[in-house]
Amino acid sequence: MALLSFERKYRVRGGTLVGGDLFDFWVGPFYVGFFGVTTIFFAVLGTLLIFWGATLQGTFNPWLISINPPPLSYGLRAAPLNEGGLWQIITICAHGAFISWALREVEICRKLGMGLHVPVAFGVAIFAYSTLVVIRPILMGAWGHAFPYGIWTHLDWVSNVGYTYGNFHYNPAHMIAVSFFFTTTLALALHGALILSAANPKKGEQMKTPDHEDTYFRDLIGYSVGTLGIHRLGLLLALNAGFWSAICIVISGTIWFDQWVVWWDWWLELPWWSDIPGGVNG
Amino acid sequence: MAEYQNIFTQVQVRAAPEMGLVEGVELENRTKGASFSNLAGWLGNAQLGPIYLGTMGVISLATGAIWFMMVGLWYWDQAGYNPAVFLRDLFWFSLEPPGPEYGLSIPPMREGGYFLIASFFLLISVMTWWVRTWLRAEALGMGKHVAWAFLSAIWLFLVLGLFRPLLMGSWSEAVPYGIFTHLDWTNLFSLRYGNLFYNPFHALSIAFLYGSALLFAMHGATILAVSRFGGDRELEQIADRGTASERAALFWRWTMGFNATMEGIHRWAWWFAVLTTLTGGIGILLTGTVVDNWYVWAQELGFAPSYD
Repeated sequence: MALLSFERKYRVRGGTLVGGDLFDFWVGPFYVGFFGVTTIFFAVLGTLLIFWGATLQGTFNPWLISINPPPLSYGLRAAPLNEGGLWQIITICAHGAFISWALREVEICRKLGMGLHVPVAFGVAIFAYSTLVVIRPILMGAWGHAFPYGIWTHLDWVSNVGYTYGNFHYNPAHMIAVSFFFTTTLALALHGALILSAANPKKGEQMKTPDHEDTYFRDLIGYSVGTLGIHRLGLLLALNAGFWSAICIVISGTIWFDQWVVWWDWWLELPWWSDIPGGVNG
Repeated sequence: MAEYQNIFTQVQVRAAPEMGLVEGVELENRTKGASFSNLAGWLGNAQLGPIYLGTMGVISLATGAIWFMMVGLWYWDQAGYNPAVFLRDLFWFSLEPPGPEYGLSIPPMREGGYFLIASFFLLISVMTWWVRTWLRAEALGMGKHVAWAFLSAIWLFLVLGLFRPLLMGSWSEAVPYGIFTHLDWTNLFSLRYGNLFYNPFHALSIAFLYGSALLFAMHGATILAVSRFGGDRELEQIADRGTASERAALFWRWTMGFNATMEGIHRWAWWFAVLTTLTGGIGILLTGTVVDNWYVWAQELGFAPSYD
């Protein structure tokens, strides 16, 4: 496997967290490391178990394969393999693979003298996944509250769990999460477009500079966050999208059990205006 | 990790404000002053302003303000002109589109005519702002990538409020102007057409939306992680690759076997964000016009799951 023209001088020893030099090597473009080995172990085991589950289910149609968590009756106990036990082991494998992947990123960061922003950011995504399949089921007392691993079945799960709490859009944390997702995408479009428009100017013109970026955005909206600031902003927005998604589901069924539209009654019932007639709620 | 991770700016430097490049800009349309915000300076640039107004900017801000005031005045009317009720019910108020009995005709003011007029002002505001994104880039000799990306968002906006109502033959299909009512609209839209999750364009749009958050987390984190090598100077790194780009690229190559370039990552970013609204708009446009029930549609094609 070919190295990039500048790659050789970066391929140095060290930076590992576990295993010293033992796993400190590359396979093709991939760095291995101790956590590369554990990633492969968990990923392969988990994938094989999914295929086994598909065999038990009797379908290899990728749309229809579904590895379901145990029925609610098993509570938080270990279930037989064919009744959710596979789901439980696959969930352990997923955590093993994701966390190994994050730690492998830490080792690569240390090797390259980089900050740890990427593995920390990935940690937020792992936290969101874990909230859905471990934290919330434990708080609610049954693994059956987790979502099934299937293309359509996980969408049905989202639908069903959402409507369990009425119109889920009324969940305030869901509102915050969606707003962060939309804002992240807007900011990403603007950042990508700004860099491309400076690097690819009108025909016949020279490539533009960061001063052009600042001027364009100040002309357009009166503020330019700057070349460093946009990456802080983007990371902040993206991580908040994931974080508030986790919050909006973990509070549903643990501290809030009713329709989410009812949650807003506290606002209407504030004493200084609850008795005023008129409007929509008077 | 004791080292500084560049999460915020510790020392803010103040000098005379940067008043911007001239290039082809008509300077009389650019404000003359600028100020500084310490708060903004923690995250990014501290400087606020100047801003370019110009014909399109003034039209856009004015018509946008008219739309906003029209919606607000409607709420004010719904509140019975009581400020306490206005605040209490702010999220419940709604300026609704005309009822289905009016089709595509112009109804009386109180039954949707007011909604159509407000929508017209919003349309002018959005379209003149689009012209502005184009003209500001043109004046600086830059590419038009911001304008094209904005057009993708406008596509979704027009599908929701104009194209789909036209195809359905009724303004009543448009989205109401209200905090909770537009959420109700979204909810009922999905229920009425048999669960929007089975709409493949909705699925694509969601995938690009989540993908955009994933990409910005990856990109933002990568650049911050190599900012000690000057990685935030992306244009310089595009033109003349430095060690920041090399480390950023190798990080992903060693992690997942593939890496973008400093320019290429912004193409990934642009496309993911643009495709979010582009595919979303297609999904909305097909709903009720071509497909009546997405769940039945998926069952007929044999890929919806069955539960016994």
